[in-house]
Amino acid sequence: MNLPFTITFEKRVADIPKWLPAATSIGSVIVAFIVSGVILKMIGGEPLRVAKFFYEATFGSWATFSDTIVKATPLIMVGLACAVAFKMKLWNIGAEGQFYIGAFAASLVVLIPMVSPDSPKVVVIGLMIIMGMLGGAIWGFFPGYLKARFQVNEIITTLMLNYIAVLWNNFWIFDRWSDAGFQMTPAFEKSAWLPRVTDYAREYGTFIDGGGGLANFMTSIGLERISGMTLHLGVAFGLVAAVVMWWIFDRSRWGYEIKLIGDNPKAARYAGLNITRNIVLVMMVSGALAGLAGMSEITGVVHRLQERISPGYGFTGIIVAWLAKLNPFAVIIVAILFGALIVAGREIQPSGLSQLLQGIILFMVISSDVLLRYKVRLVRAQAAVEAA
Amino acid sequence: MPETPFAVEMKDIVIRFPGVLANDHVNLTLKHGEIHALLGENGAGKSTLMNVLAGLYKQTSGSIKIFGEPVNFNSPKDAIAKGIGMVHQHFMLVPTQTVTENILLGLDEPRFFMNLAEYDQKILALQDQFGLRVDPTAKIWQLSVGEQQRVEILKTLYRGANILIMDEPTAVLAPQEIDELMNTMRSMVDQGKSIIFISHKLHEVTAVADRVTVLRKGKVTAEGHSMEGLTKRDLARLMVGRGVIFAVEKKPQEQGAVVLSVEDVEAENDKGVPALRKLSLAVHAGEILGIAAIAGNGQSELAEVITGLRPCTGSIKINGKEVANKPPIEAIKQGMAHVPEDRTGVGSAPNMTITENTIMKCYREDPIGNGWSIDFTTARQRARKLKDEYDILAPGVRTLARKLSGGNLQKVILAREISAQPQLMIAVQPTRGLDVGAIESIQTLLLAQREAGTAVLLISEEMEELLALSDRIAVISDGRIMGIVNADEADINEIGLMMTGTAVPSKSAEAAG
Ligand SMILES: Nc1ncnc2c1ncn2[C@@H]1O[C@H](COP(=O)(O)OP(=O)(O)OP(=O)(O)O)[C@@H](O)[C@H]1O
Ligand SMILES: [Mg+2]
Repeated sequence: MNLPFTITFEKRVADIPKWLPAATSIGSVIVAFIVSGVILKMIGGEPLRVAKFFYEATFGSWATFSDTIVKATPLIMVGLACAVAFKMKLWNIGAEGQFYIGAFAASLVVLIPMVSPDSPKVVVIGLMIIMGMLGGAIWGFFPGYLKARFQVNEIITTLMLNYIAVLWNNFWIFDRWSDAGFQMTPAFEKSAWLPRVTDYAREYGTFIDGGGGLANFMTSIGLERISGMTLHLGVAFGLVAAVVMWWIFDRSRWGYEIKLIGDNPKAARYAGLNITRNIVLVMMVSGALAGLAGMSEITGVVHRLQERISPGYGFTGIIVAWLAKLNPFAVIIVAILFGALIVAGREIQPSGLSQLLQGIILFMVISSDVLLRYKVRLVRAQAAVEAA
Repeated sequence: MPETPFAVEMKDIVIRFPGVLANDHVNLTLKHGEIHALLGENGAGKSTLMNVLAGLYKQTSGSIKIFGEPVNFNSPKDAIAKGIGMVHQHFMLVPTQTVTENILLGLDEPRFFMNLAEYDQKILALQDQFGLRVDPTAKIWQLSVGEQQRVEILKTLYRGANILIMDEPTAVLAPQEIDELMNTMRSMVDQGKSIIFISHKLHEVTAVADRVTVLRKGKVTAEGHSMEGLTKRDLARLMVGRGVIFAVEKKPQEQGAVVLSVEDVEAENDKGVPALRKLSLAVHAGEILGIAAIAGNGQSELAEVITGLRPCTGSIKINGKEVANKPPIEAIKQGMAHVPEDRTGVGSAPNMTITENTIMKCYREDPIGNGWSIDFTTARQRARKLKDEYDILAPGVRTLARKLSGGNLQKVILAREISAQPQLMIAVQPTRGLDVGAIESIQTLLLAQREAGTAVLLISEEMEELLALSDRIAVISDGRIMGIVNADEADINEIGLMMTGTAVPSKSAEAAG
């Protein structure tokens, strides 16, 4: 080939600029969209129309945006779960299983039942939060302990525990708590439902209809109706968790220990840190966050325990954490993007398109790492010859 | 252009890192068949300049010619293709593979590791040629540091290197290994190789180098100066720009109560071979006890058992409290500081900042630790203070540890450990990799610690350092104490004998006490 220039890769001498990791993350998402568009075009689709449709189905109105956030909610928590483990270079790919066990443990509150269904909502929900996080934490404890005590590879154990978790749930759903033979438990009492925006439609709906300052404001931002909006309190769990994780990472003693162990375990041992305990602890916190996501999903969306409560949130969480470069606030933004992809996947035909896009994004993110390590330069053919 | 072109001609090399001008229009020429010393203070830019020549870094501007031909390296492969090989201070060998396998690794030929015996022969021939003895079938983990270094050198020679860059090769070697390396270097130049040699040990430079280039703060202060007639003092002046006193002053001092007592300690090394055999010693407050031993005779393991990094039998007490086989935190709580032998592997976290590296031992307590949180504002202020006091060269305290020059990283570790005002200091090769000026100030600081009543256990391969700083010197051979001598009355020959395992009768009585 006789190009007028050659592309050279130079190993970066200097530090990468601060903005570059963020820029490559954003850039790889954009490139992924473009590549998907090209593929769509090649198979005879109309990329621009699809893009427009994609936008409308996800961010186009308050109602669709609410759907997007509902899907993003578990991803925020699961993304944070992966981020905390990855910070210590613990490759927890078991968030999916921890999510399921979290959902299971939270359901126990209602299904055993641990408290009367007539108890106040705060009590039921509060207990379910505790149980959900505990369940996930226990599911994180096992691989953590095996890793800390016997150096068992956590990638394998967490992966295996995913299957066990799903099957464990299935056993209870099919065999013990089945609702008239269906693959689900009976619906929870309302006291175990997380508050949703639509629940306030009656109360505040009239407010809006009645006019007045608030009504005018709502109308002006295009939010005339809130009935049917399924946005639930779980998103607040995710946001609070993100702030807490940020504080832990950036300000706390424990966050410093996590970072030190992740960067150089030998130095951490030398400095007197208890590595064994920290591995177990981090895996438990990671599991607890994934478990909380499971709890939020069954109390906020499904309102019962059933098969397939997760379309692979636990695995998407890995991508979310990675794309967010383990920054808790970036996790929120990336989770919303992936929430949108899930919503769009339901709306757009062929529905595989959204998964294709996810796959391409992941591919782009991983390959964009090259840009962080190398400087790519175009060298004019003439110059290259002279230099060589 | 001269008639025979230089082996290496680097001209006007500028290398800029964010906030640092590491090389500022540096010129360096290497003649064919010479040993050229590259000197300079810590952070002067020596390693950076050599990394450019080896194709690891790219210069901001400037040109390089190899035997007269302009080159432009984009990777170490390009440099190797031009016959340039670099022996780094940190080895890049696969521990579980044999010497031959490591040497062949990454080459196109052979494709598969078959007929290794044939290659063993080739490597043996290469060894004969340059006097680099090491068993080709031995696994890397079985080798001493000095032998591993020989493998690294053989690796570059096997790849056809004519120009060898050696970045502080002697820093990790024991004295007799250094002598062997010098002989190898001489034999290599006799056979037409050219060598660039970096060292902070000026006597080695005067012994072996033909010419010298000195860098100070990224600029050349002596360009290819002939070594003829240059003394250690002249070199030191060129490097630091002032006179350096080569001896620190040790005041006589009363010693206090026993701080560290080690009794009947036994431990194994990484290979499962006994490294310490019923070893006992005591260090008192206000005393520096030096440990003299040939590399690999148990002194590293001794430091590790005291600091809780290695299991052992027997008893180790700090201020009367048993710490043997306890996690490191127990000894730290007893006021122990530790300057470890391996500054990158153990002593620091590469991707964390200077600030974060300086709080590794004190982040739990006031004023850095604050309940569950860390007061990073205070931590940064403290780090800035340490950076000034210990003369750590870096753009700021947010600089990552891996970007520091070798000596400056060592200073960060020393700053952290000394500033803790410990009751017991375990210092292993504390001045390794430091320039002459920095050695002087660190040794002064260690003596100040002694005056303040700290008990210091000093493990060093520099006999001069041991003699200058220690009150007593314990000589260890094969995991046993051969004798303990007072540094003032020490006889170097006697110490040397004991280091090789010969008991000296007059000293054995003191050894028991
Ligand atoms: N990758 C990097 N990024 C930023 N700065 C760097 C990097 N590598 C080196 N430096 C800086 O460049 C300067 C020169 O470093 P260099 O390692 O060349 O010093 P040196 O002369 O080898 O010192 P020493 O004797 O301590 O090994 C130092 O100030 C160092 O902090
Ligand atoms: Mg260096």
